Order: sequence, then C-alpha cells, then structure tokens
Amino acid sequence: MPEEKEKERQKGTGISRRNFLKGMGTGAVAATVAPTVLVGAPKSAEAQTSEEISRAKIKLDINNKMYEVEVEPRTTLLSVLRDGFDTSGNRVDLTGSKLICDRGECGGCTILIDGKSVYSCMTLAIDAQETKITTVEGIADGDQLHPVQEAFVQHDALMCGFCTPGFIVSAKSLLDENSSPSLEEIKEGLSGNICRCGTYPFIFEAVKTASIKMGG
Amino acid sequence: MASWGEPRESSLIGKRIPRLSGGDKVTGKAKYTFDISRPGMLHGRILRAEVAHAVMGEINLSEAEALPGVKAVMTLIDPGKHIRYQGQEIAAVAAETDDIAKDAIRLIRYDYEELPFVVDVEEAMQEDAPQIHEDRPGNKSEPQIREEGNIEEGFAEAAVEVQATYHASVQTHVCLETHGNVAEWEGDNLTVWASTQAVFGTRRDFARHFNMPEDKVRVITEHMGGGFGSKFGPGVEGHAAAELAKKAGRPVKLMLTRKDEHLVAGNRPSMTQHVRAGATKDGRLIAYDLRGYGTGGITGGAGFAAPYVYNVPNFRTEKFAVSINAGNARAMRAPGHPQGAFAMDSLMDELAEKLGMDALEFRRMNSDSNARRNEIRQAEYTLGAQEIGWHRRSRIPGSGKGVKKRGIGVGCGLWGGGGGGGTQVRVTIHADGTVEAVTGTQDLGTGIRTVIAIIVAEEFGLQPVDITVKIGDTDPGLSSRGSGGSQTIGSVAPVMKTAAMAAKKKLFEHVAPLLEANPEELHVGDGKVYVGSDRTKSITWKQATGQLAMETISEGGEWDEELRVGDVAGVQFAEVEVDTETGIVKVVKIVAVQDCGMVVNRLTTESQINGAVIMGLGYALLEERIMDPETGRQINANLEDYKVPGTMEIPEIKAIAYDTDRKVTGIGEPPKIPTAGAIANAVYNAIGVRIRELPITPDKVLRVLAEKGEA
Repeated sequence: MPEEKEKERQKGTGISRRNFLKGMGTGAVAATVAPTVLVGAPKSAEAQTSEEISRAKIKLDINNKMYEVEVEPRTTLLSVLRDGFDTSGNRVDLTGSKLICDRGECGGCTILIDGKSVYSCMTLAIDAQETKITTVEGIADGDQLHPVQEAFVQHDALMCGFCTPGFIVSAKSLLDENSSPSLEEIKEGLSGNICRCGTYPFIFEAVKTASIKMGG
Repeated sequence: MASWGEPRESSLIGKRIPRLSGGDKVTGKAKYTFDISRPGMLHGRILRAEVAHAVMGEINLSEAEALPGVKAVMTLIDPGKHIRYQGQEIAAVAAETDDIAKDAIRLIRYDYEELPFVVDVEEAMQEDAPQIHEDRPGNKSEPQIREEGNIEEGFAEAAVEVQATYHASVQTHVCLETHGNVAEWEGDNLTVWASTQAVFGTRRDFARHFNMPEDKVRVITEHMGGGFGSKFGPGVEGHAAAELAKKAGRPVKLMLTRKDEHLVAGNRPSMTQHVRAGATKDGRLIAYDLRGYGTGGITGGAGFAAPYVYNVPNFRTEKFAVSINAGNARAMRAPGHPQGAFAMDSLMDELAEKLGMDALEFRRMNSDSNARRNEIRQAEYTLGAQEIGWHRRSRIPGSGKGVKKRGIGVGCGLWGGGGGGGTQVRVTIHADGTVEAVTGTQDLGTGIRTVIAIIVAEEFGLQPVDITVKIGDTDPGLSSRGSGGSQTIGSVAPVMKTAAMAAKKKLFEHVAPLLEANPEELHVGDGKVYVGSDRTKSITWKQATGQLAMETISEGGEWDEELRVGDVAGVQFAEVEVDTETGIVKVVKIVAVQDCGMVVNRLTTESQINGAVIMGLGYALLEERIMDPETGRQINANLEDYKVPGTMEIPEIKAIAYDTDRKVTGIGEPPKIPTAGAIANAVYNAIGVRIRELPITPDKVLRVLAEKGEA
C-alpha cells in the first residue's frame, strides 16, 4: 500500500475527499465516454477499480446499535444497510430501505439522520459517522408499531409494499415536524416519494389518522 | 352447487379487511427478491449495448475476469449477431460486491459495426428506412383486417362524420422492484427467488433453459414489487443469473438497474389511429373506418381494441405493428385497452358535438351490445354523473371565464378478468386448530393472499389472521396460473372455496357425534361449531379440531365457473382544471364506477381502483418513452425525466366498487382503462380545443391554445 494512503488510514477514517473524488470521477467519466471510445477499437483500461481504492473501517449508529463496517469512499449508506457486513463478518441486513431510482428521485431509500429524513442512496457512508441513523426497521418500538405504521396497515396505504418503508419514514418525519398537517401539507411533505401502485389516496388518509392518534 | 351466499350471510366477504402482509411491509421485514441474501452470494451485472443497431464483433472478457473479486463472466451475444436496440445484452458478470461487478462491466472490451437505425414509428414506415428484420419488409407486420356490416352503406346513412387521428405514446411499466432473480444451485437442483408474476411459468422456463426436470427447479416469490404485466418469466437476466451461479458455484443475485428497466423490461406500445366515423341524425353510431398501427419496439404486437365498447354495426379496421430500434413491448395493465378507449371516447365526444347532443346521452344511446353489461353500464353512468356533477359541465367547451378553466369528461372500459380452471390448492385443518391454505399463485400487491384468508376464514367461521396462507412457491407442487389478465382471483378463489367446503364437511363428520347431531345440521361462526337448530349446543373451533387427534384434514378443490364472472364494465368521470397560461392540466377529481362482481375485500379493491386510476392519469398527462432520433437512445430512462404520478398530481378519487353478481372478478386492470379518455374529454370541455395525442403535456396545451388564438 502506498505510504500516503497508509497515513490517511492512520489518521482515522482513512478517507480523503481527494481520493473520494478520484474514485467517483474516473468512474463517471468512463461511463460517459464508453460508447464513443468503443466504436471499432477496444477501450483502454481507464476505470479505477476497487482494488486501487482505499478502504476504511468506520462506526455507524444504526437504530441504536453500533456497527463497525469497512467501506470505500464511494460506498453509499444505503449500500451498507442493504449489502454491508460488519467487521465480524455479519450482514447488516437492514433491507427495508430500497434502492429504486438510484438518484434521489423516488424516496424508496429514505431514512432519518439525527431525526431528519434523507435519501440514503445519496448519502455516503463516511458522512454518516457520528450521527444517529434510523431506518424503517427502527421506527416501531419493539413489537409495538408506530402510529404511522398502524395507520398505513389500517388504511391499506400499501399494495406491493416496495415503496412503503420510504413512505413510512417520510411520514414519520413529516409528523415530527408538523403534528397536524393539512392534505396539501401531507402531499408536499411526501412529494419526495414515489409509489407506482398508486396508493397515494390511502397514504394521505393514513397520515391524517396517524396525526390524530399522535395528538396532532 | 357451491355459491357465495347472500351478503347478509357473509361476516367477512365484502368488508374492509387490512391485508395480512401489512405488518411486514410497514416495518421493512417483508423480503422481496431484491432483499434476499444467501451465504456466499455474488452480485451480477449485465453489460448492455448503448447503440441502437449494430453487428457485434469480438468480445474480450479477459480483463474483467482478471479483476479481483470477479467470480464468473459470460457473453450473452455471439460475434456476427445483431444488436437491434439500446440495452440489448452483451455480457454478464458476477462478483463479490455490486461495486466490483460494476467495475468489471467497464473492463469488458468489444467491437461492433454500427448500422443505420430508426426509432420513430413514422420514419420506420418510409421506403428508405433502415430494415430492422430481414423477414419484416418495410418494418411492418401483415395487416389484420376486420369487417362487419357494410361501411359504405353506413356512411350513406350518417348525418355527421368525424375524421381524426389519435395518438398515444409508449408507456413503460416502471416496476419499483426491477426485474431480477437470485439463483442458487445445490447439486443438480436450482432454487430461484424471482420477482415474477408466475412462479410455475418461471420454473418451467428455467427447466427448459437448462434442459432439466421441472421438479428439480424451485421458484419462490414471497413478496414482489410490482409487475403490471411485464414479469412472466426469467428473461435473459434470469438465465444469466442461473448460468453465472452455476459457473461460479455460488448463489448469484442479478437485478436490473433502473435504466435497464425502462430500456428492456417491456412497455405499452404506442398507438396511432386514423379514423373516420359517422352517426345518424338521431344519434346512432353507424359507421367506423380505421387504419391504425403502433410500435413497442423491435418485434411483437402493438394491438389495441378498436372499435371499442360502443355498438357500431358497420365497421372496417386495418391494424398492423411497426418495428423500430427500441426495447420490446410486453403486456401492460389491460394491454390494448387504455389506448383504444382514449381514441374511442375522444371520437364519441367529437361525434356528439357535431350532432349537438350531450356526450353522455350519445354514449347511453350506443352503450353496449351485451345485455348484462349494458344494464350495468347505464347504471354506472347514472351513478358517476351524479357523483361528478355532470350538469355543471360547460355547455360550450372552453367558455369558462378566467385563466384556469375547468372541464368535465367521461370515458369507458371493458375487461375479461373471469379466470379459468387448473389451479390446485390444499386447505388443511390441523388438530391444534391451525389452518393452512396453500397454492402456487403469487401476490403482486393485489392482495390475493388476504383474499384467500378471507374466503377460508369465512367458510370456517374464523378470522383472516387465523389462516396461514402459503403462496409464491412451487415446492408444494400445487400449481396455479400466472397472475395476468386480472385472472388470479377468478382462478384461485373458486378452488379455495370448494376446498374449504370439503374440509369443513370432513370436520363436521368428525365432531357430529360429540354434538349429538348429524353432520348436515352443523354450522360454524364466531370461532365455534354449533348445531343449527340449537345454538347452545356448540364447541369451540379448537375443541372441534381437537377431535382429529393424530389426523389432519387436507382437501383440494374444484374450479367452479359459477363462482366467478368476467367481461366487466366500468365508466369514469374526470374533472380537470387547465391553466391556460402555463398549459398545466390539473386533475381535480375522478369518479371511477367499476363493476366488481362480488367484492371480497372492499379495502384492497378500492386500493386497486385508486391505483389503476392513478396509472391512467400518468398515461393521460405525464408518461412517455422519448427516443432520441440522433442517437437511437431513450432520453428519459430514469425516474427524473420519465414522470410517473407523485403526490402532487393526485386528485380526489371516488372509487366506487359497484356490486353486481355474487361472483368474483379480477379488478387490477379494468379501472386503468377509462381514465385517459375521461381526462382528454375533460380537457376539451375546459379549453374548447381538442388534443388528440397522449400524454397531454403543457406544450401541447399551449400549442393548441395558440392555434386557437387564446394563449
């Protein structure tokens, strides 16, 4: 391992912004230019591969449990939740958050960081250190569903259910900020989430019911 | 003979019952194919063509193979073969992580010779257009011609005529869980977790692909994230996952990316209709002449229903499909119907206006040739018109005052959905009182799992949560059809019902001596078995099943066509508000009145109606696959530029599940059909200029207003 990288590792996170940009940048360039480069001639190996990218061990507080995971600079928080292993080799296995659009358009990966809703597909794992991360798996109190979850079941605010975890987290976040939202405020508050089955009308009802139950 | 009985006899059927999977879905516990992880599992990715038409050259996998973490690489096309659309598969890899798989894809080198391409349907029909298939000259299929009556005589009788061209764009399915599989080999046995609408069909496909016995393949779909008609088999990606797993000797997960999903996972084909139609002075639709075509991509049909629903005695239709260099069509939620309904309902409005008749009255006069449907449809018109306030409609289209103009429109639909025989089920009563209902269907989000529980619970006097429903797995060997055509409930419910009846009969035989009664005198209700003539003579369900001791009761059932109905009618009314300055159409309200036969679960039925209306709204106003004529690529193969309805687009929806016969029918597709026509007619009523092209985007609204001199 080159000395420079070794030093960065010793400093703590082992991640530098420069390395991160390097990793992301070449990847993006390779993807963009690929089709033109390919015509009639083999492409040269420009893409930086994972072997060359530094890795670091970081700690994440997810649903009140500490996980130590090894990540690359490019590793998203969503990828740690879904596909990550802790350093003892156990799967993190929090697959409630979904990767759907992979670009911050659909809200399927919505989680809470320090109580604020964010897209975990657009959040780098390294940036989530020293925060409190809450996923859909951490919304209920043990076996006791959160009022938002109860209301979603009661109103059938879900069909295939694939977008549901994102909506649950967004709805909780909305009600934490505005305990008694109007229909328009509910629509606006959930406008970062997409449902293809078209459960929206019942989602609006569920959020209203939850807000009443929560004393809003 | 089996019957569902009268509504008053049902304690569960027809009520609002939360779906059984709700708890797992709101907590993130529900595991979809996308969420499956297996010990040692690898992640697969597919390298796809970025050109629309080419001849493939050499493919070099060596660098990808050499990348640490890569465990298997394979080609998916041979040199010399044609690439015919962006997204066509070139090679696949399996690696320790998804990131490594992504890296490996970039290291695959290949040559190709680019060929001229065409991605526009009109250009594809030009004489000098690039030829996509050698056996399809002119890129057109053989026209299908249908004729009834005599159109010349029909037009001779007509007092008014409309000649118009209607067009609908390509819509993609946008399943939120992309297509994909997790494949795992254990010796000669293959287990696949598949995001599929047909576990048994998928098993057969895998067995054929690997030339192995079907009983050595197991397909599991516990939960799946939307299919809408596009997920009936493993596809290239499923075969690749299983091939890579075999090569690597480890399980492989391979899911399509969001971009792939738009490019290769199917679509609703486009439609272009050149129509001429006539009506008599007294308001009878009398003649209809159509030349129509559409394209979904390289091959396959682009069929649509025309003439649609309304009764027309004299017609001639000529329809064909056009190939372009783009990913192929697949069945999509009521294939052929929403596009046919949009064109027909627009045409009906145009004819009514020429006749000086009310658009609804003109429809009533030409309603439906089928007596049952006609009766239902007329009642639905009355109900819907009342609910939307049809009388509030502008008599003179576009005459509303102000910048934002309101309008009201109506549309119609018709769908099969009656199901068919062949489903095998097993209803088992255990001595401890637990009940299992097992069959090889799958729940796409329609709620069939809960419907099965309701039906069995109703028969046993229990609650739906008391029934353990096991579906989405080929292993019990109880096959059912793929979930398409809204056929699931019509195929499954009758068999479940008769199986539960048979099991109950057996149970009664066991417990009759204990209650000192004949088995025929026994009934169930409120978790008890009791004697009909004397309700005080009762035992609890558990006491009853306790009589089984070491036995279990396990019964199959028969499909009974009297328990289900098809060919259901639906109508929808839309109210819109058009901003004449921005061109934005806002749907204010939709009233959907849908023949639902016998509603089993009113809550999930309403969910389905809402969902279908919303997908129809997207079709009417937002959704369109946009191909770039310069590059042959789809411009909007993502969820940012391909707009599906979001929270801000959702109107008030009044879903009226209209109860008719005491027979079940599938309801996933029918309410998708009338929406676009109703919205298009409402837009016309608001602004007084007709837009004959879907989606009705702001640019089109502003263009027609400018032509009229109002913008």
